[in-house]
Amino acid sequence: MTMLEIKNLHVELEEENKKILKGVDLTVETGKVHAIMGPNGSGKSTLSYVLSGRDGYEVTDGSATLEGEDILDMDPEERAAAGMFLAFQYPVEIPGVGNMTFLRTALNAQRKARGEPEVSSADFLKMVRAKAKDLQIDADMLKRPVNVGFSGGEKKRNEILQMAMLEPKMCILDETDSGLDVDAMKLVAQGVNALRDEGRAFLVITHYQRLLDHIQPDVVHIMSDGRIVKTGGPELALEVEKNGYGDLLAEGA
Amino acid sequence: MALPKAKQDATDARLADLEIPVSGGWSLAARQDAAERLVQMGLPQPRDEYWRFTRPKDLIAPEPPAAAPMDESDESPVFSDKGACTLVFRDGVFDADASDSDLPAGVSITRLAVSQDNDIDWASGLYGKLELEGQTPVQRPLAALNTAFATDGLIIDVTDKVETPILIRYLHERDDSDPVLHHLVRLHADTELTLLEVGAPGARCNTVMEVDVAEDATLHHVRDQGRNHDRRTNTHAFARLGARSTYKSFTLSLNGALSRNEQIVSFTGDDAVAHVAGAAIGDGKTDPVHHDDTVFVTHDALRCESRQVFKKVLKNGAVGVFQGKILVKKDAQKTDGYQISQSLLLDDDSQFLAKPELEIYADDVACSHGSTTGAIDEDALFYLRSRGVPKPRAEDLLVLSFLAEALQEIEDETLADELNERLAAWLGRHAV
Repeated sequence: MTMLEIKNLHVELEEENKKILKGVDLTVETGKVHAIMGPNGSGKSTLSYVLSGRDGYEVTDGSATLEGEDILDMDPEERAAAGMFLAFQYPVEIPGVGNMTFLRTALNAQRKARGEPEVSSADFLKMVRAKAKDLQIDADMLKRPVNVGFSGGEKKRNEILQMAMLEPKMCILDETDSGLDVDAMKLVAQGVNALRDEGRAFLVITHYQRLLDHIQPDVVHIMSDGRIVKTGGPELALEVEKNGYGDLLAEGA
Repeated sequence: MALPKAKQDATDARLADLEIPVSGGWSLAARQDAAERLVQMGLPQPRDEYWRFTRPKDLIAPEPPAAAPMDESDESPVFSDKGACTLVFRDGVFDADASDSDLPAGVSITRLAVSQDNDIDWASGLYGKLELEGQTPVQRPLAALNTAFATDGLIIDVTDKVETPILIRYLHERDDSDPVLHHLVRLHADTELTLLEVGAPGARCNTVMEVDVAEDATLHHVRDQGRNHDRRTNTHAFARLGARSTYKSFTLSLNGALSRNEQIVSFTGDDAVAHVAGAAIGDGKTDPVHHDDTVFVTHDALRCESRQVFKKVLKNGAVGVFQGKILVKKDAQKTDGYQISQSLLLDDDSQFLAKPELEIYADDVACSHGSTTGAIDEDALFYLRSRGVPKPRAEDLLVLSFLAEALQEIEDETLADELNERLAAWLGRHAV
């Protein structure tokens, strides 16, 4: 079954009238992990923002569907309720809003939007404690305001905790490995791997092969200048690591 | 010197029907003095520098503009579960039946209206005294009007560390009530009190609180000025701080046609601390909102710390004003003065006018001030929405986030938490 299907997606930056995505075609099957690699400025992060509904981008052509449903006209919160999740490259700090309040608000808002009953605070607490423990997130971090005073590693773990709590169908990880040391990366990868299952798909955006050592992808795409220029198996990531993007891009051109 | 004609006319018109409400007793002399001072300085006019951003018309008019009371029966009164000793004023008139009669140990309270023939020296020494001192270098005619014509108020004498808070609950029930209340609060050395004020005193109100905090004493003052849309509110708090004393005052305001809150703080003893803070939300959707915080802190002692933190959230044409000044006199070395005023504008129609000022004559001080105006942080908004939080709820969370720094100025977390929860509920219902 197809989870995410992107066809001929063209996107411009609204303010600058600058073309970023120039015809992206990408299909992610349910239960699979896809990786997108590519040099800086190739449009990887833009793709993640467009899929999750950030303002400031104009889709000039093409389509994107989640389980067959067009998502491009949906608000970000509607996409979230439909199962889309973006783990941010730079998680935002929100002083004055407790992490728990935030998580519970988000979880119940999504459930409400899907017509499901809200989770009681007792059940919620139980759930969040168990999942936080797996990610080595302590009670203090849960109590603190969202991402305020968190280290880079703590912020990324917090993203994975949100993912674990919200149980999305389509998880996009935008350079989740940036700013992480090896131990922190392993912890994050474990969190992601624990969520891998038949009903869920992942799109892992990264510059480097090393994250893919820990989160083994089924399919690897190379993105350059707003397009997917090459698609292959895990060996493609190894090739990038060894030879850089230069050879691959020359070959694709 | 003769007053400008407009000022003279406005003053004459206001004073025509006002009479000093006592014919004798310990406050008479101070009242007569204040009345004379008022005639000399005249009531504020739009061209006065101190009233540049806030039109005084509704505050000085002989009759208050009509203001409908708000039905607040949808929730329990703020701070009603804090076990406080509660004293009630209904449209400015003390309601003994609704008030607690047992006072906690360590505090004695009487009322301005009934104590005139009592022999309370300290009150006669304080009444109008700090108000008078606070008239320099900036005139505050409405405070002088209050001293002269106040009909009632609490006289609170604190002689020990008091755990039970004193709560003044104001009820606004008539659409033409116009209370003038004057409270005196004295804290003896090494004492402590939490004083809470809740609600709008009337359709229009003029309240003055004179606070005298002796050495090593602490006053926590937290007030919630209510939610009534039409109300006109004019408050002055004059605080005099002795050595090593602490004064912490926080004000929450929601809407209100016109609010002008003045805080005048003066350090007279060394090593004292004063924090004044406020959070205001104004939504001009159904009625206009204008909210003005005016603060004047005078450092005239060594090593004192003052902090001003004011935050306003404004939408649908609401106007916010902040005028804050830190004056550091020549001998007030090692002063630590801080001031921040910030507004969150939720649309293009609202505005925030800020006048932060420092005036420093000592050469070894640390003083800073800042003022910012901004919109909702789009990154944070997207972050919340991407997690499934609907846009209106996400905006509410960011409003609370913005106000959090001001609420953190309240030392007692249970009080801060309650105000935060109320804010969240009001925002959620779009009831503010």
